[in-house]
Amino acid sequence: MDSALTVHRLTFAFTSIYHYLFPQLTMGLALYIVVLKTLETRRADPHYGRAARFWARIFGLNFVMGVVTGIPLEFQFGTSWATFSRFSGAVVGQTLAMEGVLSFFLESVFLGIFLYGEGRVSRRVHTLSAWMLCLGTWLSGVFIVATNAWMQYPVGFQVDGGNLQLESLGALFTNPWLPWQYLHTMAGSVVTASFVMASVGAFYLLAGRAERFGRTVLRLAVPGGLAAAVAMAFPTGDGQGKNVARYQPVTLAAMEGLFETKQGAALALVGQPDMERLRLDNPIEVPRLLSFLTYNRWKAEVKGLDAFPRETWPQNVPLLYYGYHIMVGLGTIFIGVLGLSALLLWKDRLFAMRPALWLLMLMLPFPYIANTTGWMTAELGRQPWLVYGVLRTAAGVSPNVSAGNGLFVLLGFLGMYALLGILALFLLAREIEHGPEPTEAAEGGR
Amino acid sequence: MATLWFGLVAFMFVTYVVLDGFDLGVGAVHLLLARGETERKTLLATIGPVWDGNEVWLIGAGATLFMAFPALYAASFSGFFLPLMIVLWLLMGRGIALEFRNHLDHPVWRPFWDVVFSVSSALLAVSLGVALGNVIRGVPLDASGQFFVPLWTGLRLTPPTGFIDWYTLLAGLLALAALTMHGSLWAAVKTSGDLAERARGFARKAWAATALLAGAGTIATFSVQPLIPARLSAHAEGLVFPVLALAGLVLARWLMEKDADVRAFLSSCLFLAGLLASTAFGLFPYVLPSNADPARSLTVFAAASADHGLRVALWWWIPGMLLVTGTFVFLYRNFAGRVEAKDGDPARPAVR
Ligand code: HDD
Ligand code: HEM
Ligand code: HEM
Repeated sequence: MDSALTVHRLTFAFTSIYHYLFPQLTMGLALYIVVLKTLETRRADPHYGRAARFWARIFGLNFVMGVVTGIPLEFQFGTSWATFSRFSGAVVGQTLAMEGVLSFFLESVFLGIFLYGEGRVSRRVHTLSAWMLCLGTWLSGVFIVATNAWMQYPVGFQVDGGNLQLESLGALFTNPWLPWQYLHTMAGSVVTASFVMASVGAFYLLAGRAERFGRTVLRLAVPGGLAAAVAMAFPTGDGQGKNVARYQPVTLAAMEGLFETKQGAALALVGQPDMERLRLDNPIEVPRLLSFLTYNRWKAEVKGLDAFPRETWPQNVPLLYYGYHIMVGLGTIFIGVLGLSALLLWKDRLFAMRPALWLLMLMLPFPYIANTTGWMTAELGRQPWLVYGVLRTAAGVSPNVSAGNGLFVLLGFLGMYALLGILALFLLAREIEHGPEPTEAAEGGR
Repeated sequence: MATLWFGLVAFMFVTYVVLDGFDLGVGAVHLLLARGETERKTLLATIGPVWDGNEVWLIGAGATLFMAFPALYAASFSGFFLPLMIVLWLLMGRGIALEFRNHLDHPVWRPFWDVVFSVSSALLAVSLGVALGNVIRGVPLDASGQFFVPLWTGLRLTPPTGFIDWYTLLAGLLALAALTMHGSLWAAVKTSGDLAERARGFARKAWAATALLAGAGTIATFSVQPLIPARLSAHAEGLVFPVLALAGLVLARWLMEKDADVRAFLSSCLFLAGLLASTAFGLFPYVLPSNADPARSLTVFAAASADHGLRVALWWWIPGMLLVTGTFVFLYRNFAGRVEAKDGDPARPAVR
């Protein structure tokens, strides 16, 4: 592999994974902030307003990190993937530019009003700005996922003079890849926001402070998170899987570690892909389940990697396989943990059950891991194509940027992001340590 | 279609410079202008709610460029690989400083972020000018329409040139002076008392530097890029842009004398817009001239996407822009008036 290509791929992978750590929280959290603002108005109880303010501070920090790490991605299409940009900009540029014009403005304008406006603008305008902010982030998801969906399954274009040209903008939004991918990513972001809220709420209950706040937060986050976690598996994850089976069958085989075509294929729960012997080592399998999940028939034939020429296989089969299995494994664990917590909540025992609170608190990193490995599945599974079936990744790179210059930038990002990450974690920890504005004494716990 | 979109993309970039320009200007003078914590908070609060929205004009313009002129986007972004990445790091420093500063009230924490904010803003202002200077001067496009410029090769204009040479540096200093004036005027509009008085003084000094550098810059530009005077003399209607720029500059000084802050600020907007529009008009139909072989210069028409896609894009671009205009009016209305320097935090409360 040419080393400039490797450097650009690593840079893109690193910066996009880092970026996604922030929107996955803000998109879900925006929804919860709207709920809290609405409860504040409905129940005429400032308690919810204070809770909204606490989360708004966390939101603000994450949002700004999302903003500053998002801009490099937008630029990198041109800096690192110039051939790709020239070749397909007329088509992918549409959804990307729509994101800028139709949603980023909305987000940033109402963020300004939401963060700086309390006390300055009327209460109605403030609540409105929370709604618009939420709308903006969810809209931004539509456009960016439409962009990615197009790269996974390109539609609505024609080849004209060596480059791609737009044939139908509508087709980009009726792309069969889009609905499940969008719903799956958005539900994933609600999962992250739910776990972050539940974790902070559990922390306060365990620490014996801001208890009313902790209870309110858990009452929202546990049921919300459970609904989203179930939606991750069915219908959205299932829908995504069927799309992969239909449009990228070789990716499915690699994700599942299925080396041989089989009727009644088994689903591998555990196992290590062995690329030398082309088999799955130490497998633990459920017979026939893969056939059923993919085609709803126990005996259906599922194509294995052997059915495809090797140069069309994703280049990094083991990482793809592990990424997928970690995501699905964690998804199953999430349903379990949140299901249990919801049951305890319903029986009114959650707030007193310390082991359950500990478990919720310690779940904090895992939704981030699930989302990241999910994207790794999607992006590694797309290889060796940059635009699936149309443009190879190796052919899309900037020919004029040398590996050495690329490395300078990669190292710069590594250093910069490490520093920013440490500072952001420090500030987040302080915000949590500081807690919501104290009111318990005045209002009495509930 | 290509010409229309050239105008629309240019409009977005100009709006970016006019709006984010005052954020950068406020940043550039932040350390010198504001004395003490209360004044610093006040000055930051003048841009706090708006800087992110202003910055989105850059993202919107970049993404629209990608859609409408993929070949230009690809060539320029990969060719300016290093300087663009450094600009990104500066943008990061600015945004992070503004947000992080507010989260902690501490005598060591805040001055640190003030310096990060101010230095990154000033360097961004210079970079914007240098970048524009590069486009005017031209870049060494090869037969496949690509190029790569190092950061510098020396200050002379004889190829191979880098991102920084004496001409682009001059453009960078002009940008710094002009945005300093622009930002100081904004500060004068939004604050009161001593702080506003000092801001007015800054604006006057920056005006002198701007006028001087703009004069020198114009002469240098005409000799570095003969396309511009040639086009202006062939299409005299385009002279309206430089005339507007000049009018903005003169009016700004006159209105400063009368302490008419708002109108002086608006004149400064006019000056910036006129200057950039003159450049865009003067280079048209070239968008990226070649300084090696003029035949390789990239034109609007060669860089554009096919007409069908561009026509379709109007269907979302126009409503989108109306929406953006509406929300910006709403935003600036909600934060209209001078920012008061209270004892408490005029921006947002911090964790102690
Ligand atoms: C909280 C995060 C999370 C959780 C618990 C899950 N996923 Fe997921 N998954 C994502 C977060 C995610 C994601 C980050 O949102 C991805 C990356 C790209 C995309 O479209 O969504 C994704 C992609 C993705 C893909 C597409 C891969 C490709 O495009 O090649 C499939 C087939 C699944 N998921 C299937 C599942 C199943 C069956 C799950 C069962 C529990 C599951 N995911 C849980
Ligand atoms: C939704 C919008 C996204 C788009 C348009 C996009 C596009 C791209 C592009 C252009 C590349 C470089 C070419 C390549 O190596 O294939 C890439 C690579 C990659 N992206 Fe994305 N990406 C998106 C989202 C994400 C997110 C959110 C993540 C992670 C959280 C991610 C993870 C990766 C990884 C891991 C690679 C490297 C794959 C490799 O090593 O080849 N992507 N993506
Ligand atoms: C690789 C492709 C991506 C690019 C080019 C990209 C670009 C950007 C840019 C430029 C910003 C800053 C906007 C501002 O200034 O307000 C941003 C923020 C944001 N991005 Fe991305 N992004 C990518 C991936 C994603 C994905 C996959 C999602 C979600 C599905 C996402 C969701 C968001 C959201 C919600 C924000 C608002 C800031 C925040 O909430 O943290 N982005 N992105």
